[in-house]
Amino acid sequence: MADSHNTDATKPFNPDTDGFAHEESELESHFQSKHMVINMGPSHPATHGTVRLKVELEGETIVKIDPEIGFLHRGFQKSCENVTWTQCLPYTDRLNYLSAMMNNFGFLNAVEKLIGLEIPERAQYIRVIGSELHRLTDHLTCVGATGLEMGGFAPFLYGMEARELLQDRVTELTGARLTTSFGRVGGINRDLPEGWIAKVHKTLTRTEELLQEMDGLLTRNRIFVDRTKGTGIISAADAIDYGWTGPALRACGVDHDLRKTHPYWVYERFDFESVVGEHGDNYDRYLVRLEEMRQSIRILRQAMDTIPAGPIIVDDWRIALPPKPEVYGTIEGVMAHFKLVMEGIQVPPGEVYDATEASNGELGWYLVSDGRGRPYKVHVRAPGFPVLAALPHIIQGKMLADLVPTFDTINMIGGEVEQ
Amino acid sequence: MDRVAAQFPEAVAERYVDRAGGAWAVIHAEWLPKVATFLKMDPELDFKLFGSADAVDRLHLAENDPRFEIVYFLYSLSRKEHVRLKVRVTETRPEVPSLAAVYRGANWWERLAFDFYGIRFVDHPDLRRILLYEEFQGHPLRKDYALRDRQPLIPERPIKDIFRGPGTSGVA
Repeated sequence: MADSHNTDATKPFNPDTDGFAHEESELESHFQSKHMVINMGPSHPATHGTVRLKVELEGETIVKIDPEIGFLHRGFQKSCENVTWTQCLPYTDRLNYLSAMMNNFGFLNAVEKLIGLEIPERAQYIRVIGSELHRLTDHLTCVGATGLEMGGFAPFLYGMEARELLQDRVTELTGARLTTSFGRVGGINRDLPEGWIAKVHKTLTRTEELLQEMDGLLTRNRIFVDRTKGTGIISAADAIDYGWTGPALRACGVDHDLRKTHPYWVYERFDFESVVGEHGDNYDRYLVRLEEMRQSIRILRQAMDTIPAGPIIVDDWRIALPPKPEVYGTIEGVMAHFKLVMEGIQVPPGEVYDATEASNGELGWYLVSDGRGRPYKVHVRAPGFPVLAALPHIIQGKMLADLVPTFDTINMIGGEVEQ
Repeated sequence: MDRVAAQFPEAVAERYVDRAGGAWAVIHAEWLPKVATFLKMDPELDFKLFGSADAVDRLHLAENDPRFEIVYFLYSLSRKEHVRLKVRVTETRPEVPSLAAVYRGANWWERLAFDFYGIRFVDHPDLRRILLYEEFQGHPLRKDYALRDRQPLIPERPIKDIFRGPGTSGVA
């Protein structure tokens, strides 16, 4: 390998010919390895989203890697700061296209904390159900794509089948497949459709079967294990220093799950375990996600069995839109409706930081209100951002082939990282 | 925050606990690395997990002097507690000592704040734009940056969209 290196800096170096042309026998020389820069992405099949990785290679070893994320930047913050609080919801949906409801509810949770609002119990249950459904779809996509990029197409198809089934349920619940905009400040938009819970139970049974299939195909597969076990390792201390959260941090052996440590909504009523790994490598991150899906199914079943009857949104016309008969029949209803739509919810001035456990980790919202109908400042702490920031630290000095599983299992989501 | 105030009495300019129970303190800029190191290294406080960092442009707020506020979000796994460190800097000299040496996670978040608000982090190892391209003029999340201002790298085709509009550089 060393013979391709031109140590003499004064001589111009042609990487294509030098170091080999003068070899006595090219057949006996080492495999041609030269210093080269390759661009992975944007829109490379192995880089999800539109991230561009500038990789400097020495042979097959990665010498330097520079992730460049600015390709999709949509001005999320600026957009939010120029519309009312409720109008932010569609923007939050698009942060993570696979778990729209989680982003949506996380944002609303922060707004409600800023107002000091307690939402009805049934709404809390529905938020838990929606979040866990989307945690399933998100993890299924990640695990399936990991299998796909390790060369296995079947696990991906199983994952997609389960995901599509779940997304059909999401569609029945919210009316939209990906960008749901299902939450409202003070509750949620609509109640559960009739017969929906029984359908979800059936879907979950099928999902469990498909998970079993994926588990059987991947977990002890020689190729998969060889490529993921012991690659992409990060120590727990480094992961914490970089600000990792969620399954990626738990795979390092740190038991940190906001659903357990800071229970929000009704999470403390459910019996589930936070899944913890050991080594912090790709294989552990995969296993943690797989087990977390089973825990999500447990939560879903418990939530659907114990969901109480009651209102789904607060009865306060300064926050939630009045019921339609009131709007059409009374002057107070018309006025409340008009003021809410035209001016937005009057959130008292102040600031709040609130975080929920999204599928990839801590989704934090720092909101500043100046007392008018629009947010003054919306800062989103996207879980994928610190994870991607640590990628050079993990992968430098390792092989190019390790980059693909590492990039898969950290599950960076373009929408939230690029804001 | 009581511990911090006891340890560094001159560093803390203002302390507050907001309605949701979140504790924050405004630190004088020159003290920031010391306070952050203390928060991270003190075994009782143990604020090791770097949450994020961002800036707030306080141009239109009631109290808007100094103009920028840089906020650091830290989390302690053992105390299960979030905390916010704030530094306020003026428009003419938006300079803060960087925390990238204390927390590795600070590196990218500080680049983000530099990109969007033009805050200069002194001693930052790699202060470049992170989401926008190098040639971009100005800092788009500042409140005085126009919402519809556009700086395309490739000239945009004029599109007549009266609802969304192509921005200022499209149809006259």
